Amino acid sequence: MAFMTPAELRYATSHEWARLDGDTATIGITDYAQDALGDVVYVELPDVGATFVAASVFGAVESVKAASDLYTPVGGEVVEVNGALFDTPELLNSDPYGTGWVVRVKLSGAMPELLDAAAYEALVEKVKH
Amino acid sequence: MAEETLLRTPLYQRHIEMGARMVGFGGWEMPVQYTGVLDEHHAVRGAAGLFDISHMGEVELRGPDALAYLQQLLTADIAAIAPGAANYALMCHEDGGVIDDTFVYNLGDHYLVVINAANIAKDVAWMHGRLAGYDAELRHTSADVAMLALQGPAAESILRRVAGSSPDLPFHGVTRDMLFGELPAVVARTGYTGEDGFELFVASGDALRLWDGLLAVGADAGLKPCGLGARDSLRFEPCLALYGHELDEQTNGYEARLGWVIKLAKPFIGRDALAAAKAAGVARKLVGFEMVGRGVARGEYAVQSVDGAPIGRVTSGMPAPSVGKNLGMAYVPLAYAADGCEFDVIVRDKPVRARVVKMPFYQPRYKK
Repeated sequence: MAFMTPAELRYATSHEWARLDGDTATIGITDYAQDALGDVVYVELPDVGATFVAASVFGAVESVKAASDLYTPVGGEVVEVNGALFDTPELLNSDPYGTGWVVRVKLSGAMPELLDAAAYEALVEKVKH
Repeated sequence: MAEETLLRTPLYQRHIEMGARMVGFGGWEMPVQYTGVLDEHHAVRGAAGLFDISHMGEVELRGPDALAYLQQLLTADIAAIAPGAANYALMCHEDGGVIDDTFVYNLGDHYLVVINAANIAKDVAWMHGRLAGYDAELRHTSADVAMLALQGPAAESILRRVAGSSPDLPFHGVTRDMLFGELPAVVARTGYTGEDGFELFVASGDALRLWDGLLAVGADAGLKPCGLGARDSLRFEPCLALYGHELDEQTNGYEARLGWVIKLAKPFIGRDALAAAKAAGVARKLVGFEMVGRGVARGEYAVQSVDGAPIGRVTSGMPAPSVGKNLGMAYVPLAYAADGCEFDVIVRDKPVRARVVKMPFYQPRYKK
């Protein structure tokens, strides 16, 4: 199966994406991640104002079968969470790069080194079998 | 466990071809989902689903002492299982701890005992070890037998198009039948979903023809192939025990609310310990709960009193698709077991409030 991997995004090895806009990054999970999770039925999101260092757990998504942690690819302060996910968590499955975005984070430092689309696609090729 | 060591059912290649996602379960490489757990779950509640459960183990008992042997081996009254009937039973250690939970089918000329995949080796060793002195033959047939489950309100009408008399079986009935006019099968009106349905036993070599044939015949009735993900959510809602979660060797049947399947009036392995446990009363009990706070309970999560004392653990938990709530089961002390009692489930290091509710969460819709 081919997964969408938009070229303008940057990717974490933990299968989240980041879109940089000024000093703020929008964060979500990748198409590969949503497919691997299956039907997302529940999300746990941080409060606005919470701060995280890069690569730390900032929330969780749950399918019927299992819970999976969400890792923030960037460090900083949460300035917005996607409240639509509380009522319609399935947006994570149907539109992971659009209306299924998860949080916006104001960067506390420089944007960390992340994978570009080609490198992330290569990673997915390796982990799926 | 390395992938190379996982066992495969006769339908393994078909699962791959049909796009199933495969996972390790109880030493087997099994489909966890085809189209999705929710889709498959709702197919079984609303129409029908077909499951490959060939990982389950089968043991046959025949001979003059087969009944006497099973009577001392298992907690249920095996003598009460008439030819053509089946029942649930526990197999226990002397101390009452559960070795496995089983289903016993009386085929008239022999008994068929179905055991859990992950327990096959230890069960068969235990059963052989208790056989001395009985004039009975024990045959472990797991490798020769494929087992499919056809479950859901449309199961009977689908089976009727390919079977002889088996669609008319009563609840927990079992019979031999010929499917598609050429596949000899043992068919039972049993299952693990809380819906009406059948479990089908055929020779391993016939599994593919049965699987393909049923899916083709049942497609217009909404029959879908289902994986272990939906099997788990479907058994969870009617609170059917899953060995390794609600049951294990440190748990006795009274704690698990399975007293109805323990017949103290006959001798069996573990009887004295269970009689003493019943007389003394259990200290902890399996309860059902719903999450009051935001969070999903999962198996192995810790349970605390509302003032922070550790009191137990979750055995199974998930967002229940047909109930629409985040539900779970847990072992807790009796003081916390009454309906309406509250405690906290520790979800990712945070206490989340939960409240005891009645089991089952979903009322089974068996055809009786």
